[in-house]
Amino acid sequence: MATAENPKKYKVIGTRPVRHDGADKVTGRAKYGADIKLSGMLYGAMLRSPHAHARIVSIDTSKAAAMPGVRAVVTSADLPAQGDRIVELGEGAANMRHLTANVLAREKVLYKGHSIAAVAADNIHIAEEAAKLIEVTYELLPPVLDVRQAMSDESPVLNDDIRTASVGSAPATKDSKPTNIAKHFLFEKGDVAAGFAAADVIVEREFDTSMVHQGYIEPHNATVLWNTDGKITVWLSTQGSFSVRQQTAELLKVPISNVKVIPTEIGGGFGGKISVYLPPVAALLSKKSGRPVKLVMSRTNVFEATGPTPGSHMKVKLGATKDGKLVAGEAWIAFEAGAYTGSPIGAACMCVFACYDLPNGRVEGFDVCVNKPRTNAYRAPGSTHVAFATETLVDEICEKIGMDAADFRIKNAAKEGVRRVDGPVYARVGMVETVEAIKNSDHYQTPLGGKYRGRGVASGFWFNCGLKSAASATVNPDGTVSLLEGSTDIGGSRTGIAMQLAEALGITAEEVIPTVGDTDSVGYCDVTGGSRVTFATGIAAIEAAKDIQRQLVDRAAMIWEVDASKVSYSDGGVHGPDGKHLSFKEIAGKLHATGGAVIGRGTSSEATQGGAFGTHCVDVEVDVELGKVQIIRYTAAQDCGTAIHPSYVEGQIQGGAVQGIGWALNEEFW
Amino acid sequence: MSGNRVVTLTINGDHVEFLCEPRQTLLEVLRNTLDLTGTKEGCSNGNCGACTVLMDGRPVVSCLVLAVEAEGAELRTIEGVARGSHLDEVQSAFLEGAALQCGICTPGFIVQTEALLEENPNPTEDDIRFYLAGNLCRCTGYDKIVRAVQAAAEKRQVAAN
Repeated sequence: MATAENPKKYKVIGTRPVRHDGADKVTGRAKYGADIKLSGMLYGAMLRSPHAHARIVSIDTSKAAAMPGVRAVVTSADLPAQGDRIVELGEGAANMRHLTANVLAREKVLYKGHSIAAVAADNIHIAEEAAKLIEVTYELLPPVLDVRQAMSDESPVLNDDIRTASVGSAPATKDSKPTNIAKHFLFEKGDVAAGFAAADVIVEREFDTSMVHQGYIEPHNATVLWNTDGKITVWLSTQGSFSVRQQTAELLKVPISNVKVIPTEIGGGFGGKISVYLPPVAALLSKKSGRPVKLVMSRTNVFEATGPTPGSHMKVKLGATKDGKLVAGEAWIAFEAGAYTGSPIGAACMCVFACYDLPNGRVEGFDVCVNKPRTNAYRAPGSTHVAFATETLVDEICEKIGMDAADFRIKNAAKEGVRRVDGPVYARVGMVETVEAIKNSDHYQTPLGGKYRGRGVASGFWFNCGLKSAASATVNPDGTVSLLEGSTDIGGSRTGIAMQLAEALGITAEEVIPTVGDTDSVGYCDVTGGSRVTFATGIAAIEAAKDIQRQLVDRAAMIWEVDASKVSYSDGGVHGPDGKHLSFKEIAGKLHATGGAVIGRGTSSEATQGGAFGTHCVDVEVDVELGKVQIIRYTAAQDCGTAIHPSYVEGQIQGGAVQGIGWALNEEFW
Repeated sequence: MSGNRVVTLTINGDHVEFLCEPRQTLLEVLRNTLDLTGTKEGCSNGNCGACTVLMDGRPVVSCLVLAVEAEGAELRTIEGVARGSHLDEVQSAFLEGAALQCGICTPGFIVQTEALLEENPNPTEDDIRFYLAGNLCRCTGYDKIVRAVQAAAEKRQVAAN
């Protein structure tokens, strides 16, 4: 992210107002997905696979359907067949055959916890008991649980429709043999062999990481009413209402305009609440029963069937001269995609050397299916794995050549004009500044005292993105503005967006009343992810403010009976000839008499974003008897651009750091 | 299931009577029968603390309490923390300190903090971290929560003096 050389003076941006949804969230009034209750609502439960890999021979739902209190039972036979369709879903494309089979298993179950059937009943206990009465006959198949095993020619193959898609190569034909290797990436830059030949020190290591779950506290949920007029309403917590609308419509093969998604408050996501699991199932149960149906996952379901970030096997090699210049790098990265293709291997390949000015590099990556849950985005998906590998090697090089870890990173930092191994050339970026901030910190300047203590420094990169956002804003007669935007708010973004509207209009944050709208009330917004929302939906809100300014100028011109070209908007009001002035509040009070409502609208599309860098420094102490690792001190430097609401920027950095500590020290599954 | 039971108790100062099945948890009854959805369900196995309520002044995870066990109890839930239309010190400290992001864990943290400050009005950082160890937050990294609890304790001390 480019660093502003001359930061502007703001009145609202950079302050720390209490968030608009705050009172609801500290009193228990905020409505999350599982809090939805509708008239006549049924409760659903799902039957899930106890096996990691099996063919479904038969499913008998008759006993469940006959149980008193059961209103509907569905299996994949109730979902329309998708065939070989690739659909653009707002944040990447999806193979619809795989998406539908992940929602309700078709011929095979591909991981423990894979959903097979669902029941709707008068209460959750009846639904759960009925689900247990569904009889499934399985033909067990050998599970494939290791990425390298999955890549071998002898491995059982999970999906008979996957052939390797190789970047830059002709597509594999249908006649070729199915494989677990869904994608292959290869990026090269410079002359790798010559680069390593010029190196004084070369380090090469292999790394294995396990799947890690996003671990949001709120389980997945969906409440759906399939009405008698064919309209489907979905209440749920999601990172992307419009993505849920499209996925649900595509899976049910109904027009998107038949699906209305009403986002509730969301209890965490971290990338894991973008993909659809429950809405199509609840929709089918609702259609069959004629009643609204609520499905909520248990914690076990969440861990077994949603998320996670891939496990990986990585081989990374770095070469440097003895005076500390990186000369070559090579990486071989295999990601566990889970049951279906779609791990963030592409991003991993782009990020592995992204922090450095590497003259010669070769990066090869593989997206590999294994009998584990299908993976999903998780906080800079793919970048975290490869940062672990590369940064470990950088530290080792520093030790070998006796160079300070911060100095080495500054010397080799990616900067404006540097070309990444995968091609793009950086604009103004902030890698150097984050390392310098750490180097100059009190933490780094303080020697590490005590026995069994160590200090680590690591840098990381993420692209960020702009994508599409929309907002509208209505001026109220009392001088406030009601802001409607479509980005579900996962951690204070509605306030950050409202603050930008307030700044643009010259009013206070408290004078803006932000609402996250449903898919029928606000323009299309891409998902809440990729660090895009405060930025891109903020731009939409600023555009809406400018639209309001233009309309207020016209109203003032009408009131003053002057040409609009003589009127301007600045400093929270309109200014005309001969010192004429009306504050925002004053002119807002005159709208009813001058033509009615003023509604501003704004959109943003593919706004140019800078990549973001971060450098962290941490001291730990190891209890050599117990093996327990204690974090002694942690300092993070993040290139965040202009902090709109600094408290929530700090919160993102702190929360990210603690999740990283969890990954490093405590967390793994599968 | 037959054998529904009548349970009589006090919730946030009000006399309440409900009918429940013996297998229903207190959490399920609070949320589904009594519509007190401020108490959140995160794991239903006692790990996350999102469903914490005060039962006779003691913090309990309501997912591990059967509703019938609440017979005669005095319950306080997140809905009973604010004083009328005014937030109490803990609630306002969480807001002013930005001690929440998604907010799903917040009711549990606030209720647990009420119990902490009742027991120990002047807790150290270690006291706070220890007392809140049963409440999980995946968003904040805990730092701002600990600071908010410290701020609430100070505010309450000032008010008491």
